[in-house]
Amino acid sequence: MMSEPIRIKPPLSDQDVERLKTGDRVLINGIIYTGRDAAHKRLFDLLKEGKALPFDLKGQIIYYVGPTPAKPGQVFGSAGPTTSYRMDAYSPSLIEKGLKGMIGKGMRSDAVKAAMKKYKAVYFAATGGAGALLAKRVKKAEIVAYEDLGPEAIRRLEVDDLPVIVVNDVRGNDLYIEGEKKYRRE
Amino acid sequence: MREINVQLITEKVRDLCMKANTDLGEDVLQAFDRAMEKEESPLGIEILKELKENARIAKEENVPICQDTGFAVVFVELGQDVHLAGGNLNEAVQEGVRQGYRDGYLRKSICHPFTRANTGDNTPAIIHTETVPGDKVKITVAPKGGGSENMSRVTMLTPSDGVEGIKRFVVQRVKESGSNPCPPTIVGVGIGGTLEQAGLLAKMSLLRVLGSKNPDPVLDKLESEILTEINRLGIGPQGLGGRTTSLAVHILMMPCHIASLPLAVNIQCHAQRHKEVTI
Repeated sequence: MMSEPIRIKPPLSDQDVERLKTGDRVLINGIIYTGRDAAHKRLFDLLKEGKALPFDLKGQIIYYVGPTPAKPGQVFGSAGPTTSYRMDAYSPSLIEKGLKGMIGKGMRSDAVKAAMKKYKAVYFAATGGAGALLAKRVKKAEIVAYEDLGPEAIRRLEVDDLPVIVVNDVRGNDLYIEGEKKYRRE
Repeated sequence: MREINVQLITEKVRDLCMKANTDLGEDVLQAFDRAMEKEESPLGIEILKELKENARIAKEENVPICQDTGFAVVFVELGQDVHLAGGNLNEAVQEGVRQGYRDGYLRKSICHPFTRANTGDNTPAIIHTETVPGDKVKITVAPKGGGSENMSRVTMLTPSDGVEGIKRFVVQRVKESGSNPCPPTIVGVGIGGTLEQAGLLAKMSLLRVLGSKNPDPVLDKLESEILTEINRLGIGPQGLGGRTTSLAVHILMMPCHIASLPLAVNIQCHAQRHKEVTI
């Protein structure tokens, strides 16, 4: 049997993040931000130049998603996660600046995992391809930066019970490695 | 000679782009059900349930199953007794893709390889046209997502690698892909031909109905052997551990050069989308 999901609401403190364990089902409520390949590169470049970011990262969660265009009357288009390894080059810098959570799919690099441990952050998986289901949990969406990037623009989302699973916790556990090991048959 | 106006081709391609992206095939839904019966991971079962619920919402609300509405891959089987009037077939298909992705609020995911500038309308589509006997035109639209396509490979094995070499390569490819291609996947395998033909065979094998048998008994047996090995890897739904790493392995094969053994593995995510129409 599955245990009951844990509800969280950003901004997250170190203590909030420490409570989450690999394999936990989590429902996110409140504000999260979207960002993928091109937006990450821009945020990374700003940090490198010592400039201010378009939003305060402290305690926040970034969702790696490039939605479909919303239909008339729809809050948000289909919005499943994209593969996370493409953000690996940029994530450690963002985590150092206070980012507490990332939502995507697929395994992270050792550098990202080390940064999560050191600065207390977690990595969540959302179900890849469940774009229609995830879109329904978005109650409000507005662009906060990089409108020129289209689906890749940074958006502030207000979500209601967005379902995710903890893959990497602050103790260095990794569900991709442990899950595979548990069910592998030689 | 039967005459078909290319305008009709444009309309059909437009409709197929929208339908393929919102209406997951019944064969895929049934494959989810079969997987749920065998899945040992409670989290894996939850994910399979989510995928079924997602498909239901997408169909009911007419919204894309996945935000990656893909590269539009279009197969045209053109009857040789058909005269296409009113324009160019290739341009008619491209126009259909343009309209479908615009009118269906589908994501435009095609860009320049260097500058990454988006073409803005999801064209160019990839079009494979084959001339066949008869006076009909069959069109299949199969949107292909980037995440699973990135995990695909073509390799030129040596003849001495044989069937064992083929099995080893396919299983290894799935293992190394891990959670990236959105498992449970469908593994398309093309054997033989040339480099590009092996890739095309692998892609075309994905169009076969899930749960159907390979008409060649030798390949049918090979498919089930590879699938068994893949599902022992433990990757599971979304790579979080479990029995269901792949729903099926599909193989298409043709003769090859005496010096070579081309092999292509085209990985398809669980959103196995394709719709067809015959005019």
